[in-house]
Amino acid sequence: MNYQLNFSAVWRDFPSLLAGLGLGLELALVSIAIGCVIGLATAFALLSRRRALRGLASLYVTVIRNTPILVLILGIYFALPSAGIRLDKLSSFVVTLSLYAGAYLSEVFRSGLVGIPKGLREAGLAIGLTEGQIRTSILVPVMLRNVLPALSNNFISLFKDTSLAAAIAVPELTYYARKINVESYRVIETWLVTTGLYVAACYLIALLLRMVEQRLAIRR
Amino acid sequence: MYQPPSWFHELWAARSAFSAGLLTTVQCSALAILCGTVLGVCAGLVLTYGRWWGRWPFRIYVDLVRGTPVFVLVLACFYMAPALGWPITAFAAGSLGLSLFCASHVAEIVRGALQAIPRGQLEAGKAIGLTFRQSLAYVLLPQALRQVLPTWVNAATEIVKASTLLSVIGVAELLLSTQQVIARNFMTLQFYLFAGVLFFLINYAIALLGRAIEKRVALL
Amino acid sequence: MTPNVTDTSQPLLSIEGLHKAYGTTEVLKGVDLTLQRGNVLTLIGSSGSGKTTLLRCVNLLEDFQQGRIVLEGQSIGYHEQAGRRVRHPEKVVAAHRGMTGMAFQQFNLFPHLSALENVTLGLRKVKKLPRDQAVALAETWLDRVGLLARKHHCPGQLSGGQQQRVAIARAIAMSPSLMLFDEPTSALDPELVGEVLAVIKGLAEEGMSMLLVTHEMRFAYDVSDQIVFMNQGRIEEKGAPKELFDHPASTRLKDFLKNIRF
Repeated sequence: MNYQLNFSAVWRDFPSLLAGLGLGLELALVSIAIGCVIGLATAFALLSRRRALRGLASLYVTVIRNTPILVLILGIYFALPSAGIRLDKLSSFVVTLSLYAGAYLSEVFRSGLVGIPKGLREAGLAIGLTEGQIRTSILVPVMLRNVLPALSNNFISLFKDTSLAAAIAVPELTYYARKINVESYRVIETWLVTTGLYVAACYLIALLLRMVEQRLAIRR
Repeated sequence: MYQPPSWFHELWAARSAFSAGLLTTVQCSALAILCGTVLGVCAGLVLTYGRWWGRWPFRIYVDLVRGTPVFVLVLACFYMAPALGWPITAFAAGSLGLSLFCASHVAEIVRGALQAIPRGQLEAGKAIGLTFRQSLAYVLLPQALRQVLPTWVNAATEIVKASTLLSVIGVAELLLSTQQVIARNFMTLQFYLFAGVLFFLINYAIALLGRAIEKRVALL
Repeated sequence: MTPNVTDTSQPLLSIEGLHKAYGTTEVLKGVDLTLQRGNVLTLIGSSGSGKTTLLRCVNLLEDFQQGRIVLEGQSIGYHEQAGRRVRHPEKVVAAHRGMTGMAFQQFNLFPHLSALENVTLGLRKVKKLPRDQAVALAETWLDRVGLLARKHHCPGQLSGGQQQRVAIARAIAMSPSLMLFDEPTSALDPELVGEVLAVIKGLAEEGMSMLLVTHEMRFAYDVSDQIVFMNQGRIEEKGAPKELFDHPASTRLKDFLKNIRF
């Protein structure tokens, strides 16, 4: 194996890698935020008494969870224009990842809600709160504290999924990695650094989320 | 008047492309799941029962892979292999990446299951004179593997979905075949939908199969 | 089934100066014990007295730092090598464990195997018996504990008492010289205790050598040849059941017996 490690090409383009990582984090943040809203709504729909709502929500979740995310990304970016909706790369990716996140997060929220003792909702009704107020003031806050670990896992997964934006040439980390790889032929260095950046980012996110968990737990 | 060909006509015309693509998807998924499971079980065993010098490398491997997007893993294998002197095909490189990904998942779930087995089981094995290897083969692993079956089926569907990533490195699995067909007839929406439905059916079938097997093999 | 008759003059089991510590906490502080072939020795005492630890040292489920355990003339666990105390290789440890059989408080049946398979596992993989022989032997023992009709049931389908009886059959089928019972009825509902004690009593009457740890005092009185009262890692008093229960010498034993409804 005659391979001399030479990181100069990678260091020269390191800023673009960092920019790519930054974009990836942004995309993850936005998609997760939207995904949480969708996921929460879907979770309530899954637990609703109306059959039609449950069915619709269940269909959405089943379809998304069983379809490869790359198919979703490409489908939404390339196929939607035929149906009249033309989105630019970034928006298209955010839409896709949000829908994807929503389906997975809905399961986390749903099991969190199911785990809340019935008595809490009844106590809310007894003091005269409406269903909506019960949800926002009681159910969601209690549920969130319970599902934080599962939520963290999902957030990290979704961050890793931003790498697929490279498939539609969104300039995030993986896109730049491929570019540098192809231009400089410094394969090992490129992928070592890229992997290192992802692992570091995931580790930091996990650390951050664990701190959030502990903060919220103490307030109890 | 010129009648553009209907979707069904195009589908029929492209049937060999689709079946070849489907076959490739099945092949690389099956290969990755098989190799990944074998490697993962070994890793899980070492992580649970190994000495620190055996656990360490596997721990690093698992944590590294868990922090890296599977897309990056596949690309890294594809680009690095020839540079390191292994001129392997894109199929092999992609399958390698998927196998490594699968193995890290399987290692974690096997480790969890083995650690959950009550100590008394190993002691009972010792008491009747079984060596550690025998206890592993006849007492511990049979219980652990039964336990992980549903989660393992989940991991397998993840691999099938991840096989679509091989399209990016030029492996003619189902997604790439779909894209090639679309390139010929521009029926973007219809064929992306078709690919989506196919993938959905495959994964849904695996999930149902998994549930059926789980019922058969359940303990207690 | 008669126990192995090799040398009737030497005790089957002799324990000399046994010391064991978990880290810095000493749990056995110099225990000396002998058991003659065909006899039943019961260890009694409060929790933490070390009786279960002592039992588990005999089949090396627990290590010990000082002292000797000699079973059938063989030193258990450790040997001298160039003046240093060295642990036996795993194969030897496994072979020595073959001389004993153990019934656990939590039964520890293998949940993925039927009752029959639980018993034949050791016979086929350790004793290397061919399948038909192993099955025949296993069925004899399952019948002996009254569970032949349930040989194909899995542990999850059996009651606690039934599981413990299968566990005893599993241990006895390996023809051990010495049976170890670690509080075999403590995890059972009261109405299921009797069937298990009946099996143990039957084995004792047939001449099985046994080391028993139990809280069932009446049973201990009935079935034992020797009772050993342990307290804080030491043997406080030992003797025949009648002596010990009717005329306890030490105050600690007197206190212990006072709190037991007999």
